[in-house]
Amino acid sequence: MQLAVLGGFVLAAFAPLLHHWFGARAPLVMALLPVGIAVWLLGQWPAIVAGEVLLLEWAWVPGLDITLTFLIDGLALLFALLITVIGALVLIYAGEYLRGHRDLPRFLVIITAFMMSMLGLVLADNLVTLFVFWELTSITSYLLIGFDHTNLAARKAALQGLLVTAGGGLALLAGFAMLGVAGDSWSLVELNSQGDLLRNHELYTPLLICVLLGAFTKSAQFPFHFWLPNAMAAPTPVSAYLHSATMVKAGVYLLARLHPSLGGTETWVITLSLIGALTMATGAFLAIQHTNIKKLLAYSTIMALGTLTMLLGIGTDGALVAFAAFLLAHSLYKGALFMIAGILDHETGTKDVTAMGGLRRVMPVTAVVAFVAALSLAGLPPMLGFLGKELMFESVLDASHYRPIILLLAFTAAFLTLAVAAIVALRPFLGTLRETPKTPHEAPRGMLVGPALLAALSLLAGLAPGLLDGLVGATAASLGATDSNVHLALWHGFNLPLLLSLLSLALGTLAFRHWDRLRARLARLEPVMARGPEAGYEAMMRGLVSVAGWQTRMLQNGYIRNYLVMTLLVLLGLVGHALFFRHSPRFDIALDVYFHEAVAAGLMVAGAVAACVMRSRLAAVAALGVMGFSIALTFVLFSAPDLAITQLLVETLTVILLVLVLFRLPRFAMLSTPVERLRDLVVATLTGGMITLLMLSVLGGERLSRISDYMIANSQPLGHGHNIVNVILVDFRALDTLGEMFVLALAAIGVYAMLRFHAEEYDARRSSASPEKHDG
Amino acid sequence: MEPLLAVAIGVLFAAAIYMMLRRSIVKLVIGLMLLSNAANLLIFVTAGLVRGAPPLVPAGLSAPEGVVADPLPQALVLTAIVIAFGVLSFAVVLVRRAWEIVRADDLDKMKDTDT
Amino acid sequence: MVRSGTLILNVAARLLLPLQLLFSLFLLLRGHDEPGGGFIAGLVAAGAFTLYLFAHGRRAMSEMLMVSPRDLVGMGLLLGVVSTLPAWWNGDPFFTAQWWTIPIIDLKASTPLIFDIGVYLVVLGSVLTAITALVKTDHEDNARG
Repeated sequence: MQLAVLGGFVLAAFAPLLHHWFGARAPLVMALLPVGIAVWLLGQWPAIVAGEVLLLEWAWVPGLDITLTFLIDGLALLFALLITVIGALVLIYAGEYLRGHRDLPRFLVIITAFMMSMLGLVLADNLVTLFVFWELTSITSYLLIGFDHTNLAARKAALQGLLVTAGGGLALLAGFAMLGVAGDSWSLVELNSQGDLLRNHELYTPLLICVLLGAFTKSAQFPFHFWLPNAMAAPTPVSAYLHSATMVKAGVYLLARLHPSLGGTETWVITLSLIGALTMATGAFLAIQHTNIKKLLAYSTIMALGTLTMLLGIGTDGALVAFAAFLLAHSLYKGALFMIAGILDHETGTKDVTAMGGLRRVMPVTAVVAFVAALSLAGLPPMLGFLGKELMFESVLDASHYRPIILLLAFTAAFLTLAVAAIVALRPFLGTLRETPKTPHEAPRGMLVGPALLAALSLLAGLAPGLLDGLVGATAASLGATDSNVHLALWHGFNLPLLLSLLSLALGTLAFRHWDRLRARLARLEPVMARGPEAGYEAMMRGLVSVAGWQTRMLQNGYIRNYLVMTLLVLLGLVGHALFFRHSPRFDIALDVYFHEAVAAGLMVAGAVAACVMRSRLAAVAALGVMGFSIALTFVLFSAPDLAITQLLVETLTVILLVLVLFRLPRFAMLSTPVERLRDLVVATLTGGMITLLMLSVLGGERLSRISDYMIANSQPLGHGHNIVNVILVDFRALDTLGEMFVLALAAIGVYAMLRFHAEEYDARRSSASPEKHDG
Repeated sequence: MEPLLAVAIGVLFAAAIYMMLRRSIVKLVIGLMLLSNAANLLIFVTAGLVRGAPPLVPAGLSAPEGVVADPLPQALVLTAIVIAFGVLSFAVVLVRRAWEIVRADDLDKMKDTDT
Repeated sequence: MVRSGTLILNVAARLLLPLQLLFSLFLLLRGHDEPGGGFIAGLVAAGAFTLYLFAHGRRAMSEMLMVSPRDLVGMGLLLGVVSTLPAWWNGDPFFTAQWWTIPIIDLKASTPLIFDIGVYLVVLGSVLTAITALVKTDHEDNARG
């Protein structure tokens, strides 16, 4: 399984090549991977349903106790199936949606990488691994929202999404660190099996706040919901996949995953159920104000995410079952509806539902699919969505805290959602055919497969809910439900939830009928709405920019001297203080010097000083050479042959470099006044003197045990090498060396880029009209 | 020998900093070169000096007999020397580009060209 | 600034280049047991090519080198990364050194050796990239006057 996920990342890298080979069929080929994983997962279904928990272990960084262990239980299976099945459908759909698009290969790369990150996220058992995948989904989401990177709005939305989710990610990292410390384990399985340990831990409250911040930002909970509708700047397949069916559910997933170890406390119940209910109502309320079909769906996604959070907050067995059913229902219908929205946009050239009408005549299949999916969104029988909503109402009636408020918010959300469903599925298709920017035709088959299949699944699951008993039960069980025997049924008898459903049907129909008038009324609220959380975000960004500007002007005034003097004075103060007041230094001044050694040191100093005072560049370079060679001599005298050779060779190459560059630069100029020179001399002498004192105190202090003793003893037995320095470089500390290789390569590429691009720019500037325009 | 070299390194640092505080860009480059050499020596000397015993394992043995020079700082400095060369080449080219664009040797004047 | 050198330099560079390159390979291969290794050998090779460059010009040197110095950097980095992989195959932690003996010539082959060759190529490639770029712009600037 790990191999499949990691292999998926490799596959992502090869997407452009596959696109080259298979052309428009590349998405189909790539869809084979998620299909394969889904088939494997289905093979595990019976065992998982029977209550088994699969742990696939793979040591990743054994030294840090980080493992790439995959955990497959009901919750993970549910999520992984959604990710792979919808992922495969989205790939097929996107191949059609973006047919002929110049950047289709790039899209395939990112979406496959996302799919694997998301899969890793829901399967990871280790907190650190989970976090890595978590951040990967944020980054791939950023790249996908900004897919149309020439569009300013898309870039801005992408950055907003990234800042909000990655900001939450930072909080989450802190939360995970506390979780790991408090629970003394990085494994979710172990954390979840510790009973009340975490709930009674003194770190519980700060830890919970951090985890909730991470989860709420990711899952667009109030007041962080504003980034999600803006993320609709992404191509529609992305909206269908990331921003409704999968990524935004990562936050909810995390809360569900941690429910057994963190859930159930009063703080948890109140925070989650209230925030969730508030998010539900906000999402539904904002949805009906929009006419853009993608925004409508995005806000209703926020409403669904709120529902899931609220159900986790309520946390009764019934609520956990409702959580699983609602999650499944929402992913199926919302994925389908987004794809329908994409079809409508693709065929008519507009996203505005009020501009469409009568499309059932030209695209009957799309109309039927849309109707079926919307039925599920509306929560009407015989769909899975109806089942989910009934269970939701049941759980809300069981809520232990603030029941009336939650019920009111949930009910409002339910009937407004019904109106949204009607707007999305009826408005574009009924009535007379309207003039649209493009002449609509029935959608191509590749685009219909996905929504049709998802809608059919919604219907099937609604008609035969017994099929899902096992999966839903296993999911609820992995959330900590005590009774995992679940029997889903459409008909629950005449009870309060059904009454609420009927009432919301009536109110929802009313809202749909008078939608245009309702919208006009709500438009008057504009000034109030403008003060929402998004305005806060904007203000924060503006504040950040102005603070950055202020501190740049203050600190980075462009005089390198000021920076250096400032840094050095702080260094002198801190190190000097530590050296003389915190420790009582013992200076080692025992001299044991041979004459030739003293000569080498003397030449070194003479060379350095001469390089400073010489007026001619050639003389300065020569003086530097003298210094370099005496350093090499010192290396020879004190048992460092490798260093001496390296120093000599570098010295030679340096001279060549300086000859090539330095002599194209101006001669030395005397630019400073005597006072400035005196000041600089004082700073330089003080710093140099302090370094000498520091060295003497280090040399006079106690020697700590050296790790090099281990390297000396094991260089031959373990490293099979007689030159210990080389063994350290290529074996013991090879990772450091690898890093240094990259530094060197970067420096060379930097040099090349500066010089080559300069040449091109120079030519361009010569031929252009304004030769004096310089950009720093 | 270490105390003597400690003083020499102090002088090298002082010279490097003095040169880096000058306004002429060429002197800045010379300062950078002095600084990297001084830093390398500092690491090398602080680990303690050993005469005539390079960190090599004699043929046929599995570990050197007696005290040898500390190999770890040597390995660090070896890469540092090469990296310093890479960074130096980057710095001199940067300086050269700056000079070609601004045509000013004076760092203070260079400041005026960016806003 | 850099023009083709004198006759003596021309001949000397031509004769010295193979010797220096051989010497650099020798330094590279013995580096695990004697002073030498990828860094030093890379610098020696870079010095050799630079000498040739000064004697015969940039074009002659690129013909002699056959690949772009930047490709050397890339290959070196790739070798460095590739040498980390065999450890995974054996189930050892990342980057654990692996040793094989090639039977007929009795050569010690190992991932540290592959890594060291990577270092060699990166050092050689980086130095030559910088120096050829500088020489090239020099020529262009001179040509422009």
